[in-house]
Amino acid sequence: MTEQNPTGISAETLIRLSAAQLAEKLAAGEVTAVQATQAYLDRIAAVDGQVNAFLHVNAEEALAVAAEVDAIRAAGGAEAEALHYLAGVPIAVKDLIVTIGQPTTAGSKILEGWHSPYDATVVERLRAAKMPILGKTNLDEFAMGSSTEHSAYGPTRNPWDLDRIPGGSGGGSAAAVAAFEAPLALGTDTGGSIRQPGAVTGTVGVKPTYGSVSRYGAIAMASSLDQIGPVTRTVLDSALLHQVIGGHDPRDSTSLPEPLADLVAAAKTGNVEGLRIGIIKELHGEGYQAGVENRFNDALELLKEAGAEIVEVSCPNFQYALGAYYLIMPSEASSNLAKFDGVRYGLRVLPEDGPMTIERVMGATRAAGFGDEVKRRIILGTYALSAGYYDAYYGSAQKVRTLVQRDFEAAFAQADVLISPTAPTTAFPLGEKLDDPLAMYLNDVATIPANLAGVPGLSLPGGLADEDGLPVGIQLLAPAREDARLYRVGAVLESLLEAKWGGPLLAQAPALGAVSLETQEAK
Amino acid sequence: MAAINRDDVAHLARLAHIEMSADELDRMAGELAVIVDSVKSVSEAAGDDVPATSHPIPLANVFRDDVVGHTFTAEQALSGAPDSDDNRFKVPAILDEA
Amino acid sequence: MSTDEILSFDEAMEKYDPVLGFEVHVELNTKTKMFSSAPNVFGDEPNTNVNEVDLGMPGVLPVVNKTAIESSIKIGLALNCTIAESCRFARKNYFYPDTPKNFQTSQYDEPIAYDGYLDIELEDGTVFRVEIERAHMEEDAGKLTHMGGATGRIQGADFSLVDYNRAGVPLVEIVTKPIEGAGSRAPELAKAYVAAIREIVKNLGVSDAKMERGNVRCDANVSLRPHGRERFGIRSETKNVNSLRAVEHAVRYEIQRHAAVLSSGNPVVQETRHWHEDTRTTTSGRPKSDADDYRYFPEPDLVPVVASREWVEELRATLPEPPAERRKRLKADWGYSDLEFRDVVNAGVLDEIEETIAAGASASVARKWWMGEIVGRAKAADVDPGQLGVQAATVVELSRMVEAGKINNKMASQVLDGVLAGEGTPEEIVEKRGLAVVSDDGPLLEAIDAALAAQPDVADKIRAGKVQAIGAIVGGVMKATRGQADAGRVKELILEKLGVTA
Repeated sequence: MTEQNPTGISAETLIRLSAAQLAEKLAAGEVTAVQATQAYLDRIAAVDGQVNAFLHVNAEEALAVAAEVDAIRAAGGAEAEALHYLAGVPIAVKDLIVTIGQPTTAGSKILEGWHSPYDATVVERLRAAKMPILGKTNLDEFAMGSSTEHSAYGPTRNPWDLDRIPGGSGGGSAAAVAAFEAPLALGTDTGGSIRQPGAVTGTVGVKPTYGSVSRYGAIAMASSLDQIGPVTRTVLDSALLHQVIGGHDPRDSTSLPEPLADLVAAAKTGNVEGLRIGIIKELHGEGYQAGVENRFNDALELLKEAGAEIVEVSCPNFQYALGAYYLIMPSEASSNLAKFDGVRYGLRVLPEDGPMTIERVMGATRAAGFGDEVKRRIILGTYALSAGYYDAYYGSAQKVRTLVQRDFEAAFAQADVLISPTAPTTAFPLGEKLDDPLAMYLNDVATIPANLAGVPGLSLPGGLADEDGLPVGIQLLAPAREDARLYRVGAVLESLLEAKWGGPLLAQAPALGAVSLETQEAK
Repeated sequence: MAAINRDDVAHLARLAHIEMSADELDRMAGELAVIVDSVKSVSEAAGDDVPATSHPIPLANVFRDDVVGHTFTAEQALSGAPDSDDNRFKVPAILDEA
Repeated sequence: MSTDEILSFDEAMEKYDPVLGFEVHVELNTKTKMFSSAPNVFGDEPNTNVNEVDLGMPGVLPVVNKTAIESSIKIGLALNCTIAESCRFARKNYFYPDTPKNFQTSQYDEPIAYDGYLDIELEDGTVFRVEIERAHMEEDAGKLTHMGGATGRIQGADFSLVDYNRAGVPLVEIVTKPIEGAGSRAPELAKAYVAAIREIVKNLGVSDAKMERGNVRCDANVSLRPHGRERFGIRSETKNVNSLRAVEHAVRYEIQRHAAVLSSGNPVVQETRHWHEDTRTTTSGRPKSDADDYRYFPEPDLVPVVASREWVEELRATLPEPPAERRKRLKADWGYSDLEFRDVVNAGVLDEIEETIAAGASASVARKWWMGEIVGRAKAADVDPGQLGVQAATVVELSRMVEAGKINNKMASQVLDGVLAGEGTPEEIVEKRGLAVVSDDGPLLEAIDAALAAQPDVADKIRAGKVQAIGAIVGGVMKATRGQADAGRVKELILEKLGVTA
């Protein structure tokens, strides 16, 4: 099923190309979009039984879009000229983002089988760029979690070690990209759901500045924190994808009005000389795994050698960030998830006994349709907003938000970009933190401040931890609207690290079991 | 701040329209007590002079012109409905009169 | 349904002092909804004026309608309010199947307009100032239809059907401060206040202001306290009182009901009440409970509205003439006496008369029709005159037929009944009922001959020059033709017949 194409690029090679490399080969006619899309669909068929990154595979439509791109290219002329750079490059979409023609579940039983009658803005933009959508990826239910174990459709597994978590909530998108099931994916990041999975799977993930990418069609968890962003294998690929999905959208009132900066050019700048890079005192050291700390120090060393100035900054109010996050996020979520009531769409469950009123049907539907973590957060949010507690909880948390913003302002007065480990640990074993919500929440300690302040963050692979050989993520943070700085510094650090490793970190990932493509080709 | 107990959870579950069994209420009360305890430092972090931030990036006056856009047909509107009748969403009785 | 005890209004007033408060919801007549671009249209097929936003689909976001903001500011200005420099939307969280997101996007602690007043003129010309607490923006809910059961009411229904066409229609809620000192005029003031709000929003052009369509809806708060006590009593809130007469009646009823409760030594229950037009009574809704914890918080999907002073002044400059000044002008234009004009205002037909005049009737004819014919019929039908459904064009057509001698006044009144009964246009009814004035001389001459023969002595008197005696003969002819003859022509023919020149 993985036949060689005429130009001799094997499917195995094809799926390991970065999106930019694939785009170049598509443009040069060395490979067709259908070949590339089919290679990814074959890979999904081969390995997703182990990884469980996809909740839905959209083969027919993806191939149709790919064929359309190939036909336009073959015909040449103005239409071929006008094709987007990424036309024909396939992509996976987190199943929190609504799509016409495919189910959208948010990883929840309450939306099982639901088909959206409208496309998210980012999906419209993928379609406009003619990027084949491979399918919808797994996630913690309603994006609530840091391990993808809270999905109603079973956990996703980390391609580096199938007994470990791929991070969350966007474990499906990160694992799909890490397992070469897709070159690109979309994620959403409310407290780290793009960056932390990126860190633990050895992929690149970006949470853009709040408002940089439209939220229209992303099922809301916490409206003032949510942001859609790219999940890729290289920093340049993230810049390319960010450029496709970003920019003003009149359907999102919080969408930034100004045009995007040239992020791709930023990723190609190639130097960090004279840039001030700030280590956040509060976001490393105690509580961080030794191997994580070591790789973080390696990265600092490389940046220093490349001519960056390393400074230390302090953000004392970050100590309150996790607490503030776990008040604001559930508060907004409790309201955002009220619409799932069994009246207009999705699941309806009738109470087993007692009066059959709409109130009881709503109660039974939400009891059966939501998982434990979702219920926990809804109840917590309901509590934080309720009469008598609002000022102490929600109100105080919004003040902490101001303090966190002030910390960032002060830090960015001293540094152009801030740096920290993305997550305190590497991927932990499945089930380890499932019964300890608080321990699970601590995974997001380094990623949450960016969401509270709306500033952009990027996570890229920093190498493997000495003690467990698992990927470590390095997080870069920039001031709001300065996403370009992340791509500039990220791309430089990536090339320095890859030079050290002799290739991409993912090349060191173990092959996936007996059904991997290499094995099949050998047959 | 008061600790959260089982009765509080029962009340909150009613407000949130999630039916919960007695076991579930007990377990949830225990878990929430731990979480609430861990976030309580937040209420002492900021003084009265610190303003609240509800939007990370401040914008104002984002409006839409009063121009009619797309609409659904009733069929589209009802396509995902668990129950419908006469082009309308059908729901069980609102009052309990049994 | 249980019937509550009530005291007579006079007895209630003797013992207690009423305090009122109103929450009036005004539906704006924007082209689209408050937060979505779906059309804001009344009466279409269910669930067709909706898109994903109105249905609260997963992933949707609201965007504020600029015209709705401007309309709200205009209402604030017309109510002499301060317009907030900056204000926000908030979410009011509660579950109800007519509320697609299970929260209503509203304003909570930051209304767009606040601290205003409105001077209300009562029937006898007394001016009563009502203080306005706030006017805030929010969205309407969908429409529930209760099915099964005998009454079509929520009580006893087997199931309900939901139409979300109205969901998201922009509303401005106008809230008064407690209104004290109205005394026994409280019911009258209630009606006059709601009438004034309706008049203002209609005059501003920001609402269709049709109470029968729910464009203006009133929740009336009533509490009583013993005379001389400052502290307010416990209030009831009567929901959705949707005509001017109903507002008056509901306030009167609640005063009487509270008085009975209090004088029997019981406390009034703080609750919502439902108004029933058929029995002119209220029934208990639901008491305030802990389920009313709405968990308001700032709507994170929307950004603040900042009304610059320049913008506010621009909008102020577009405001039309205020109704009170308009009344002064119309009175002068129409040449009505003080009494005539006050009667017109009190009857609530000022707009109707203005429309009728605009449609081509003279001021006196328009007044004659509305005050002489239509108001009485409205009273008999127990509705507001505007709700009878008489079009200005109909009045003009009827008056023209009379002036042209095609029908007489008595017939015109019958034609109006026909129009109200839905029999067709005035012309069709005249045709159908054969009401045209008899102007063919043949049948008239026969009737005249008969009348002259029946009263030969009168005929002789006329011949002798006593022309004023002709009335008796004319009367006989009119009786014989069942009023369908043109009296003027009859008179001419009689004189001709008798060879007398008038």
